[in-house]
Amino acid sequence: MSSREKTAFVGLTVFLAVFPWVSALSRSFSHYVDVMIFAGIFSLVTIGLSLLMGFAGQISLAQAAFFGIGAYGSGILTGHFHWNPWAAMLAGVCVAAAVAWVVGVPALRLKGHYLAMATLGFGVIVHIVMNEEVDWTGGPSGLGGIPGIRLAGRKISGDAAWFYLVWAFVLAAFLFSRHVLHSRVGRALRAIHDDEKAAEAMGVPVSSLKVQVFVYSAVLAAVAGSLYAHYVSFLSPGSFDLMWSIRFVLMVVFGGMQSLWGALVGTVLLTFVGNEWLQVFADFEILVYGGILLVMALFVPQGLVVWMDAFFRRRSRLQPTPSDGGS
Amino acid sequence: MGDRAVPDASPVLEFHDVRMHFGGVTALKGVSSRIPKGIIQSVIGPNGAGKTTLLNCISGLLTPSSGSVVFRGEAVQGKPPHEIARRGLSRTFQHVALFPRMSVWENVMVGRHARTRAGFWAAGFRLPFMRAEERRIREDAERWLEFVGLHPEKDLPAGALPLGKQKILEIARALATDPVLILLDEPAGGLNTRETEELGDLLKKIQAKGVTVVLVEHDMNLVMDISDRVLVLHFGQVLACGSPSEIKDNPEVIQAYLGEDWAEAGGGLTGNSLSGDREDTPC
Repeated sequence: MSSREKTAFVGLTVFLAVFPWVSALSRSFSHYVDVMIFAGIFSLVTIGLSLLMGFAGQISLAQAAFFGIGAYGSGILTGHFHWNPWAAMLAGVCVAAAVAWVVGVPALRLKGHYLAMATLGFGVIVHIVMNEEVDWTGGPSGLGGIPGIRLAGRKISGDAAWFYLVWAFVLAAFLFSRHVLHSRVGRALRAIHDDEKAAEAMGVPVSSLKVQVFVYSAVLAAVAGSLYAHYVSFLSPGSFDLMWSIRFVLMVVFGGMQSLWGALVGTVLLTFVGNEWLQVFADFEILVYGGILLVMALFVPQGLVVWMDAFFRRRSRLQPTPSDGGS
Repeated sequence: MGDRAVPDASPVLEFHDVRMHFGGVTALKGVSSRIPKGIIQSVIGPNGAGKTTLLNCISGLLTPSSGSVVFRGEAVQGKPPHEIARRGLSRTFQHVALFPRMSVWENVMVGRHARTRAGFWAAGFRLPFMRAEERRIREDAERWLEFVGLHPEKDLPAGALPLGKQKILEIARALATDPVLILLDEPAGGLNTRETEELGDLLKKIQAKGVTVVLVEHDMNLVMDISDRVLVLHFGQVLACGSPSEIKDNPEVIQAYLGEDWAEAGGGLTGNSLSGDREDTPC
């Protein structure tokens, strides 16, 4: 890690460690812990999506479906069959990985945005299954009675405990992904993004690597879904529709696709904005998201984090030589 | 056709009757050759003769419509490029195809991909073998950068290098795959005279390492200087094959070239060099 990134990572850890304490000080802030738990759960999804979009250059519109497979997998196995929640999480992850592989192998062998189209259709199918398989999923009226989670013999209860559990998962996924990006695999992914033909000629198995990243993104989404199911203890198909897949894509684009930090920042900001201010728009919320996407694409195409990073670098470089101009 | 111009040890690469059709257009009309190990083999011919198509058929970017490509005793036509690269065949591209947003160093590191093995899990958990391997990748890449003389630029983004150095970087990246044979598609295109001379020296150094070089090039001075053998393609067919001096004496080749608008093809084989003013290339 570069020293800048180390500082940022330590800063993030400290921030997360004190966040529940600080927000408990004031009544008007206390529900922020709840929002941050959701932001953490969504961050797991967007970290995987960031690898897929920002580094392998592929768009998936099925992340909400994988999120849903993890959630309903946990909900059904623990609710109907009384499985241990951790075993249920593992099972959901395996199913999501297998499904991603089956969808990804044909779609990723083709060049171009076939993955976006294939995942769009796949997401719709999963959503229909959630609505129609009433015996298993409860259909539109939802699936309730999902038990909580136990860790080391203690039940995770209370917002603070959930906050630490979820964000421990996020930090682990962040570090794992970061290590992958700074390895031979990550270099190959960036090479694919820059020039597929050249990467292939240098011995990079392009389609197989793309499938691996897609499966990895599905696995993270399924873990997130499982945590979500146990945290809210009630699932309804509306949380896993196409709109949510688009939200996940938007979070990644908003923060910046070329950096994992972008996924974190974009997810936390948009989760707060969505929870705090966009509720009043109700069905028009999608217009606001469309507007955000448009403004980002026109003015800050590289995303918030890269833009701010460049801004501060430019400022610190400009101070000694103000005549340097900005090119 | 003239394949026995060089005493033929077991060939490292042979292709038999390779044909390539694109819809109604036939780019290659049955090209055959055997390339012995360790030589510098040039492929020349006017624009549109099918040189790049031939390279693409060999490296796996294209699957020939018919015919066979045998590399190190194994038929490789129809295999994906990354598998052919793993078998020891590497290449550069006519239009520079680097990874422009990655550093010079990282570009060469990508070349090590086929020779290393740490996957998702090993990388994510930073297993000890992966860290050792990563260190080796960095060192190997640095060695190749020193070999081609790009070490001082290693931390620059590849896209920021001038064209001449980008072409050299492509060669370094290709060498990092540990090739037995390297295909170079017009490496001197866009280089000035001094850079082209340095390129010739570099190709000699590569040959001295035991790597077979297949060179598609328009710069006739370079071709005639360094090639052991020259294959002339014309309208998708082999027109001639032989040593540089044989090629220069070949009336069919002279006719084919002088019949074309040869001036735009890079201009080495103009009046001067044809009239044989240099001792090593009598015409």
